[in-house]
Amino acid sequence: MLSIKDLHASVEETNILKGLSLEVKPGEVHAIMGPNGSGKSTLGNVLTGREGYSVSQGEVTFNGKDLLDLGIEERAHEGLFLAFQYPVEIPGVSNMEFLKAAVDAKRHHQGLSDLSAVEFMKTARDVIKHVSLDQSFLKRGVNEGFSGGEKKRNEILQMMLLEPSLCILDETDSGLDIDALQVVANGVNAMRNDDRSFIVVTHYQRLLDYIIPDYVHVLSGGRIVKSGGKELAKELEARGYSWLEGEVA
Amino acid sequence: MTDFQQHALQLADAQSSPDWLNDLRAQGAQQWQSAAWPTRRTELWKYTPLVPLQNGDFKRWAEPAGGWQDHIEQIDLDATRLVFVNGVFDPEASSELPPEVVRFGDASAEQKAVISEHLGKVVDTERHLFAALSNAWVAEGVLVHVPRGQRLPKPVYVLHVSTPTAEPATANSRVLAVLEDGAEATLIEHYASTADEQNGFVNSLTEVVLKDNAGMQHYRINMEEENIFHLGGVHADLYRSARLRGFTIAQGSRLKRVDYQVNHKGEGADLNLQGIYLPRNSQYVDYHTNIEHCVPHCTTKEVFRGILADKSRAVFNGRIHIHQDAQKTLAELSNKNLLTSNKAEVDTKPELEIYADDVKCAHGATVSQINKGALFYLQSRGVSRKEAEIMLSFGFINELLQEVQEPAVQNYLGPRLARLFSRDNELLRHISYE
Repeated sequence: MLSIKDLHASVEETNILKGLSLEVKPGEVHAIMGPNGSGKSTLGNVLTGREGYSVSQGEVTFNGKDLLDLGIEERAHEGLFLAFQYPVEIPGVSNMEFLKAAVDAKRHHQGLSDLSAVEFMKTARDVIKHVSLDQSFLKRGVNEGFSGGEKKRNEILQMMLLEPSLCILDETDSGLDIDALQVVANGVNAMRNDDRSFIVVTHYQRLLDYIIPDYVHVLSGGRIVKSGGKELAKELEARGYSWLEGEVA
Repeated sequence: MTDFQQHALQLADAQSSPDWLNDLRAQGAQQWQSAAWPTRRTELWKYTPLVPLQNGDFKRWAEPAGGWQDHIEQIDLDATRLVFVNGVFDPEASSELPPEVVRFGDASAEQKAVISEHLGKVVDTERHLFAALSNAWVAEGVLVHVPRGQRLPKPVYVLHVSTPTAEPATANSRVLAVLEDGAEATLIEHYASTADEQNGFVNSLTEVVLKDNAGMQHYRINMEEENIFHLGGVHADLYRSARLRGFTIAQGSRLKRVDYQVNHKGEGADLNLQGIYLPRNSQYVDYHTNIEHCVPHCTTKEVFRGILADKSRAVFNGRIHIHQDAQKTLAELSNKNLLTSNKAEVDTKPELEIYADDVKCAHGATVSQINKGALFYLQSRGVSRKEAEIMLSFGFINELLQEVQEPAVQNYLGPRLARLFSRDNELLRHISYE
């Protein structure tokens, strides 16, 4: 599904990713952990095509296509989804308009016509229950005045509506209380299936108690320095990251 | 005196007007001819050159014209409707007037007394030169006079239509609204034109007097073809606990300037003023607002937003003057500008002048481009860049549009403003107007 080979990327002339390689197969959940500044968020931003990130070396194929060659919205159409660490507030654009625009864009790509307003409302009202948000959040401006937890639940709502094949969760657990964490995790777990893959980027092991990964990778100094099963997360929780420093070089 | 001033006086001489307006006309003419012509060195006109107007050939009054109905979309509402075409009343297109609404020429003795008491008295003609000109030219006009404690059941909709004429020509528009104690009314002024290339000059002036506890919703919509010259003003006196809720929108043109002057003269008066300007191409638009807090316990909330495209220019000057006696004033002024082109230019100048010591005031102005983070967010969800830009631009003004109280105005403006951003309905299909 996703194949990253020797990826080097920089932000404003600073090299952040220095030879990252990762293979994700359909249905797998990969956790990427690592200390602050290791390049965790950069990975999500590079994969989704955010402006300001330049790739100097390496290749990324997504479902057989050269991902880096696709525009931001094309990547979304192909099934890539990033749950933002800091979802953006957009006053004046209702959550409803935003969600419908996203869903219709994907349908358009699939050769389908727009959903009618009624059909969309029905779907949105149904799905929003699964993230424990009130219906009124559909009418409010996108993320406008939402709490940290509400913003993250709104990300999961988008994910559920768009049904992507690869979801990247960028520190979705940061700033969440335990209830919101469970809602987010339940949302993710409900979407797990044999075809859909996840990359869960997190600083803490806590989220991985709820979303059980198939693989855990440690990102340090811009590359993956250790990979293992879910037990690696526990070890990191107990020992921290410093014991891996030696493996960076 | 410039040729333009001279021609303007000749235009006044060429008018027929009711005798009882002669004093005001003479006074206006006197001020007009003795005033120094504004230049770029005149602070109030610093950014807005009058040269194009001055060089225009405005020596005649516009003639009435027919056939405009098919080219002007009116606001669809149940209202008392007065239509003026090139400044000339169109009785066919207008509705029957209730006793509270009258044209100056048809005023009863009592209504003449109201007009004489207030017309030209709210506006400071020393400061507003084109208001002096409006006085010199006053002949036709609309009075809305609501007696004590009454509420006008229907909004008053004054539609001013401009059409191009064989030679460049001038139109004058004048409205006076006087709401007695506790009276309420909605006044919608709509300046529209046919889509043809305009060659006229419109000078418009509205005066509003809200006596104790009176409440008014006032709309001023300036959506005319981009070659028109339009100088306008809205001037209001608010007495004790009066409430004025104002909304204004302007597309740019060759020369367009609107002044708002609101005087808080009675304690507890409240102003809520919102404005939107949307110049594009090489258009120009200038909003000057001046709020005078003369007495204690008054409130002002003023929000203006502009989106500037292409090589357009805008000026926003918002002054709030809090006099020494105006303790416990609450005043907020915000002006935000979105530039969608790197060739667009805006001059914004919020000014708070505070001479009282126990007040709460805030003001701010921003000039920015489309938020890249928000753009990326939308694109990352699969929305095309073009559609995302339009959704974000519309969202920027939609925040104000959502607060428009009169549903007919909101319904009218929503789709028309959206179409300013794109002609392609595909790109507008996710914009909702509620």
